Amino acid sequence: MSGFRDARGDLRLEDVTKRFGDFTAVDDLTLHVPRGSFFALLGPSGCGKTTTLRMVAGLEQPTAGRVLIGDTDVTGSRSYERPVNTVFQSYALFPHMNVRDNVAYGPKRRKVADAGRLAEEALALVQMSEFAGRRPTQLSGGQQQRVALARALVNQPEVLLLDEPLGALDLKLRREMQVELKRIQTEVGLTFIHVTHDQEEAMTMADTVAVMNRGRIEQQGSPEALYDLPRTRFVANFLGQANTGPGSVEDVDGDHLVVDVLGTRVRIRKDRSAVPDGDLLFGVRPEKVQVSRSRPQGAGNDVRGVVKDVSFLGVATSYLVEMPSGATWSCYEQNLDVDPIDLRPGDQVWLTWNPSHAFAVPAESG
Amino acid sequence: MSARGAWRWVADHFAMIAAVAALLYLFLPVAYTLVFSFNDHGRSNIVWEGFTLEHWQDPCGVPGVCSSLVTSLQVAALSTLVATVLGTMMALAMVRYRYRGRSASNMLVFVPMATPEIVLGAALLTIFVQGFNDIGLDLGFATIVFAHIMFCLSFVVVTVKARIQSLDPRIEEAAQDLYASPAQTFRTVTLPLILPGILGAAMLAFSLSFDDFIITNFVSGNESTFPKFVYVSSRRGIPAEANVIGFSMFVIAVALVVGAQALRSVRVPKEQ
Amino acid sequence: MSALAQAAVAPAAAEGTENQRPTRRGWVAYLLLLPGVLWLVVFFLLPLVQLAAVSLQSRYPGFPGYYYRDVNLEWYATALTDYAPHFARSFLYAGLATLLAFLISYPLAYAMAFKAGRWRNLMLICVIAPFFTSFILRTFAWSQILADEGWVVRLLETLQLVPGGQLINTPVAVVAGLTYNFLPFMVLPIYASLERADPRVIEAGGDLYASGLTTFRTVTLPMSMPGVLAGTLLTFIPAAGDFVNMELLGPQRGKMVGNVINDQFLTVPGGYPLAAALSFTLMAAILVMVFLYVRRFGTEELV
Repeated sequence: MSGFRDARGDLRLEDVTKRFGDFTAVDDLTLHVPRGSFFALLGPSGCGKTTTLRMVAGLEQPTAGRVLIGDTDVTGSRSYERPVNTVFQSYALFPHMNVRDNVAYGPKRRKVADAGRLAEEALALVQMSEFAGRRPTQLSGGQQQRVALARALVNQPEVLLLDEPLGALDLKLRREMQVELKRIQTEVGLTFIHVTHDQEEAMTMADTVAVMNRGRIEQQGSPEALYDLPRTRFVANFLGQANTGPGSVEDVDGDHLVVDVLGTRVRIRKDRSAVPDGDLLFGVRPEKVQVSRSRPQGAGNDVRGVVKDVSFLGVATSYLVEMPSGATWSCYEQNLDVDPIDLRPGDQVWLTWNPSHAFAVPAESG
Repeated sequence: MSARGAWRWVADHFAMIAAVAALLYLFLPVAYTLVFSFNDHGRSNIVWEGFTLEHWQDPCGVPGVCSSLVTSLQVAALSTLVATVLGTMMALAMVRYRYRGRSASNMLVFVPMATPEIVLGAALLTIFVQGFNDIGLDLGFATIVFAHIMFCLSFVVVTVKARIQSLDPRIEEAAQDLYASPAQTFRTVTLPLILPGILGAAMLAFSLSFDDFIITNFVSGNESTFPKFVYVSSRRGIPAEANVIGFSMFVIAVALVVGAQALRSVRVPKEQ
Repeated sequence: MSALAQAAVAPAAAEGTENQRPTRRGWVAYLLLLPGVLWLVVFFLLPLVQLAAVSLQSRYPGFPGYYYRDVNLEWYATALTDYAPHFARSFLYAGLATLLAFLISYPLAYAMAFKAGRWRNLMLICVIAPFFTSFILRTFAWSQILADEGWVVRLLETLQLVPGGQLINTPVAVVAGLTYNFLPFMVLPIYASLERADPRVIEAGGDLYASGLTTFRTVTLPMSMPGVLAGTLLTFIPAAGDFVNMELLGPQRGKMVGNVINDQFLTVPGGYPLAAALSFTLMAAILVMVFLYVRRFGTEELV
């Protein structure tokens, strides 16, 4: 048993599958989380991210596949044998103990000397020192969350798991905690795995993001890479917004593909398309699309349309434009112009974008 | 206030009026018991004959009152102890584990609660007299205790089960996540958290056992518990000493309940 | 006295059932269950089996009071014919008591749930507290309260409400006693049911143009049905089998089934088989009635 506790290194999941009866929650998942990084597991509810987390914690066992920390295969070991700690979504603080005893619980079970002092240090790290004598029921949500974090941190685990820890907090508090968590992680240098359905949260905090859907990882990489160049339809729509349209490759022009999208010909760089040939789903993000009254010169990535809706958002203006094919695209422009363009619903406009901003993903059927 | 206004007031407060009336109705016999504990009665304590404190000064004055009280307390203590332990074990198994024969064991636990006491008592009497007699077990203290444990068991199971089910399972997972083995988790987290339920079940079992008459009447043989003593003497007129004891038990029980409530609200001050 | 406990646990048991699925396997479960199960088998199942056997025994010809094992249904025949009036009486009194208990309890439970505010806990204690005095003492107190010379009877006489000039030793007193003794078992489940109801649903009723009475009839009452169901069962079942109330408050003739069973077991020599048959018949009748009742009104949140 002590063998598991001494495991050190990167976290790896190899071909991990988890089935509950006929339902496959996690499907042949392979993951590599470098030691000391802030890793986000992002996906909608029911995608299997929490199940994956629990398998790392040892609260569930995989039906197939292995979980490794460094060179140690910890598959099959129980959660109390692993050097992994969890911050639960509901915090799960022990209601019959005060804050200090909650945080000192882990060290006491591991028979570490001076558990009380370690607890105090951990509480100082999350700025909850003055609440050490209180009971969890006397704390607000945000305070409980910090205590839960301290309770996990105090054990200096190889991997710290956070299961949607900010979900129950209001917006302002959530933003504050995002910064806090990032600061703490940088300070202590532990591996953090953060599970969330909030894409903004994942992108803000993590070094690496893995997008999960229906038990599988769709794409993994830095937030910028995922946002800029999604490789699947799901990732394109889950991270931020995207204007999409089905199309097919018509021609190749140097290092560009020429694609027909709903009757309009556009160009896209080959290395930005996940599909070299045949049918695909073309996409470009709304903030990359410009709208103008007159047809723009050049590159041929433009399409005519009629303005359907204009929304003033303070920072920017959002336009909904209907195109000849019937599809509606949105365009998001920062209000930088001194003389605003002043479009109304019904106006004829041209949409244009830089082809290096476009991407193409496989046109799956759902 | 006009007639209409008065009528409106009554209608609005109908529920409260009815409720207070019902509460008064509930306390009426208790009041009678108290009043007649001061009765300076002759042979039977049925008609008011005069005020006296002698019954309160010497509650054990009538033979049988205190001995039956002691028996009742002993029976209740023993039954509570055993029923609480066995019942808690069963409740833990039923909530946390998967096992075969779940519906059968559920039925076995819940059917006694739905069986009229007279049937339970009758069944126990027959087996004690016709079955266990052969192994030398006579009707008496032991048979009373055995019977009481039996019918208290179901109530303990249901009470503790409800408490366990209301626990957040994540809390025990958190304990395991923090290096506590299953045994340590039980000792440091589970048990402290279900303890209020266990104590509540124990109090319930105690009051059930102490106040039981019908089943006890069947299986007690020559032994006498307090309710049985009261019943037997009711033909001649219950001695006022019994009233004293009865009312005192009432006061003690109320004090315990109120005390427990007060204690709880002190130990867990303002939640946010 | 089980009824008080039943009433206390019914609300507790109905709450908090959503939280857990049994997860662990293992022999530990059997170890935990074994002592309790064994106890119930030895002191509940076995006795019932024995009782059933006794109810089927036959007389030793020539040796009155002695029986041998047999499969003899004569006792059941006797039970169903000679004692049919007793069964009828038991069910009638228990039914009346249940109805009266309901009428008294509902306003009380309603007030506790919705109108009591800070006094709620106090009222709860006031409902349960009287039942800490001994059951027998309470019932005996009623015999004093309803005595011929008592102020209650004299008051009712002046109001012309007492036909025959006597309350004690009449069926009326028995029903009154039954109603009183099982009141908490009706109050507590109804209270638990009402307390869990969302008061905003009731407000919504008013918002949608229902008058106070209509809101009560169409919204509040149906919402409290699980509690009413539990309460009526918890009251009726023990009341049907009771004999103490009859013994202390009722007339000499026209007994309930409970009294007959008690007599046959404890006073009449050789009365075991008949008493056993009566017991089982009582149990069967109750089970049938409960089954029909529950089928009609639903089993949710019963245990």
